[in-house]
Amino acid sequence: MSTTTARPAGGTGTQVPAWAPTGPLPGDASGRKRAAWLLAAVVVLVLLAGASLAVGARDVPLGTVWQALTVFDPTNGDHAVVHARIPRTVLGLLAGGALGLAGAAMQGVARNPLADPGIIGVNAGAALVVVIGIYVFGVTTFSGYIWFAFLGAATAAVVVYLIASLGRDGATPVKLALAGAALSAGLSSLMNVILVSSQDTLDRFRFWQVGGIAGRDWSVLLPGLPFLAAGALIVLLAGRILNSLALGDDIARGLGQRVVLSRAVTVLGIVLLCGTATALAGPIGFVGLVIPHAVRFLTGPDYRWVLPFSLTAAPALLLAADIIGRVVLLPGEVPAGIMTALVGAPVFVWLVRRGKGASL
Amino acid sequence: MAVLEAQDLTLKYHQRCVMDGLSVRIPEGRVTMIVGANACGKSTLLRGLSRLLKPAGGTVALDGKDIHERPAREVARTLGLLPQHPTAPDGITVRDLVGRGRYPHQGFFRSWTGKDDAAVQRALEATGTLELAGRDVDELSGGQRQRVWIAMALAQETDVLLLDEPTTYLDLAHQVEVLDLVTDLNRTRGTTVAIVLHDLNLAARYADHVIAMKEGAVAAMGAPEDVVTEELVREVFQLEARVIPDPVSGTPLILPIGRHHATAPELEPA
Amino acid sequence: MRLDRTAVLAAAVVLLFFVSVLLGSYTVTIPDFFTIVANHLTGGAKIPGASFIVMENKLPRAVVGTMTGIAFGLAGALFQTMLRNPLASPDVIGISFGASAAAVVAIVLFGAAGAVVSGAALTGALAVAGLIYAISSGGKLRRTGRGNAAGNRLVLAGVGIAAALQAVVSFLMTRADIRTAADALVWLNGSLNSASWDRAGVLFLALTVLVPAVTFIAGPLRILELGDDAAAGLGIRVNTTRLILVAIAVSLAAVATAAAGPVSFVAFLSGPIARRFTGKASLPASAFVGALIVLAADYFAANLAPLLLGGTVLPVGVITGVLGAPFLLWLLVTANRKDA
Repeated sequence: MSTTTARPAGGTGTQVPAWAPTGPLPGDASGRKRAAWLLAAVVVLVLLAGASLAVGARDVPLGTVWQALTVFDPTNGDHAVVHARIPRTVLGLLAGGALGLAGAAMQGVARNPLADPGIIGVNAGAALVVVIGIYVFGVTTFSGYIWFAFLGAATAAVVVYLIASLGRDGATPVKLALAGAALSAGLSSLMNVILVSSQDTLDRFRFWQVGGIAGRDWSVLLPGLPFLAAGALIVLLAGRILNSLALGDDIARGLGQRVVLSRAVTVLGIVLLCGTATALAGPIGFVGLVIPHAVRFLTGPDYRWVLPFSLTAAPALLLAADIIGRVVLLPGEVPAGIMTALVGAPVFVWLVRRGKGASL
Repeated sequence: MAVLEAQDLTLKYHQRCVMDGLSVRIPEGRVTMIVGANACGKSTLLRGLSRLLKPAGGTVALDGKDIHERPAREVARTLGLLPQHPTAPDGITVRDLVGRGRYPHQGFFRSWTGKDDAAVQRALEATGTLELAGRDVDELSGGQRQRVWIAMALAQETDVLLLDEPTTYLDLAHQVEVLDLVTDLNRTRGTTVAIVLHDLNLAARYADHVIAMKEGAVAAMGAPEDVVTEELVREVFQLEARVIPDPVSGTPLILPIGRHHATAPELEPA
Repeated sequence: MRLDRTAVLAAAVVLLFFVSVLLGSYTVTIPDFFTIVANHLTGGAKIPGASFIVMENKLPRAVVGTMTGIAFGLAGALFQTMLRNPLASPDVIGISFGASAAAVVAIVLFGAAGAVVSGAALTGALAVAGLIYAISSGGKLRRTGRGNAAGNRLVLAGVGIAAALQAVVSFLMTRADIRTAADALVWLNGSLNSASWDRAGVLFLALTVLVPAVTFIAGPLRILELGDDAAAGLGIRVNTTRLILVAIAVSLAAVATAAAGPVSFVAFLSGPIARRFTGKASLPASAFVGALIVLAADYFAANLAPLLLGGTVLPVGVITGVLGAPFLLWLLVTANRKDA
């Protein structure tokens, strides 16, 4: 049998290999469209920020809001109200953006669309350490809580991720969810030991637990800024990394990606972001989960677009939730953490029904 | 003996119609191979024949009676199925797993009798897994595990046995072993066997009867020599090939041509 | 060998039962105990002090605790076997949260207590279970080829619903006054403090129906373990069987939660512990282990914890959680490592 592949006679010599591309590659036309949408999202966000300054138990007309920002008059009651709402609005923007970015990045790193800081135990970790802070150290202010919350959130997230990524398949949705649920339940049991023993602690803690952006002033926000900035920087630059991780570890390595290192660095960014957000605003769930999904309908799976869109859309959701919470139960308020859960849960359920999370 | 046939069968998967008005008969007491390209509906047909998939139209009859109108356990005593990718529970032993195949034969209070023991023993012997009987199924190799699943199907002791791609994960030696085993079953006990097989050459060798499917319909039916021809391979598999008598068994042997390796001029496509 | 180990578990339950009745912060001698019970049944003279404590406190507590443990143990084992995932359980997948949320609503918004709260818990658990089942059995069912796609979706749906309900509970806790909130917190952790003969009676009736149901469904369950297709091939009506299993498991979890609140981790832990101890996945063993966990945790919570914490009687669910989580995490670590 001849070992050379002699050319068969006939018209087969000019065949083009099947895998060669035959048409123009997807071009920048969609890139321009996406940029337009992103601009629109930013505009919506600015409007919501304005609404956040205007709406509440005392509504302030937008014109007056603008005045309060530009030519502030301390004796004007409306101006004072607007001024008081500024840190709240800023926190909504910061925390929302952090949660959106962290959520999108977490989904990319864990390579599954059902990762969210709340579901993997971050909230329970933060809560436990905050309770310890209240019980042991007598901490009572939001600015006091933030360090404890951050420590607890970071530790819990790292532990859950490490446990879930043991084994052949890495951090699959089910393993993450179960490790997170297990750790959350365990940590909250420990927390309950303290809470049952001390009514005072319970009395303080239950208001932090619910999650929201009200009642926090600049002394709470400012310490968080460097962490948020660092985390955001890391994550926003990780778009390309996330894109190649999405193809699977082996392929990513084949493309020259240092998988373990880049995953670790990205997780660091995620922990900085969601740890700080939870520290500042308490445990707020579903924002990080639902926003990247909604965003993907517009952007497709390219993380270089998903990340900036999440950064804009998530604070929009959080601010909207906060605003609704201000008016729906007058004269009281429903904290933003509740409203995002009420909105997020049906969307999450819809995602599960579509089968998006079930693949192992 | 038992005759299995589909009449005017329409099967759907999530609103998508996979086959429409298909009528096919699995010949009694013979080995039937169902072949076709990927996604032609062969697995779907098997699932439809076995009660796994409820027909959107038409009927599937076993001995003339519609299988969906009979109690599940009664049908399971006559008709057995080994699906693709079966999963074994954690920590189960070989003997235990094979024993579960006896479920359709056990009374309401699930008593285990000597007959059940004997059936399990026979099944283990026939598949050469007797020495594995006490081992955990998790610890076995892919080939051993597949043989254990076949033993479970054998323990069910049905008149008709349907197997969906039973040779995936098996090396060539084990593939041949499994098919030889199934043939033994057919020759000694007269079990009607229908197998979905992706390997066309093995299918042609072992079949008494071949059903070739394309896009949810039967493209050809009959003895291997009549069905497995160059035209059929071209039509059903979109493959240029030469078909010659297998020097070992005399059955049709398909030699694909492809784009790179055809050497001698007489092997050029016709 | 296996039967012996299960019998060992049963004996341990009996032993622990008597320990919790006779020992602890208030001890009763064995002859006294029999006298008390006999006199109670025949209307004879009571022993001052001891009679009351035994008949109104310790004995109902131990009885309710045992039955609750059995119910949770069985519910957990059923879920884990059916979903073919040793890490699934009614606590983790949100059914307990359904009960908790409903109970907290009853306590905070309606100022309810006692039987009404139990009833609310029962309704909540069943409602959430129905919701989760509806969610995960509809929609696109992509065949992944291995594992149990429907089962995984159930877990994920449950985890999501649990998170949402938790937000609701948190909110309600801020709306109540501190005393009510503290009461609600105790309930949320599962407690035998309000164990009574009424509750024991109701629970007993429920179990006389549910436990035989479990034995009835055990056979089909073992076949269902082989995968939907293989089970159908062996003559099981897969969807019907699964529905019945879920209904029984959820009912067990629901009645147990109604009696004692969501005692965390019992349902989850019983199956794996029973399997490791007896070497085989066994429903009766899971039931006994469940009872053991509850009795042991309650003994600790009612008798030992007050010594450590200056008088606070802890709810039993807190102890099981603190013990359960490390065990679960260890299981996860070893299960995942085995995968590699």
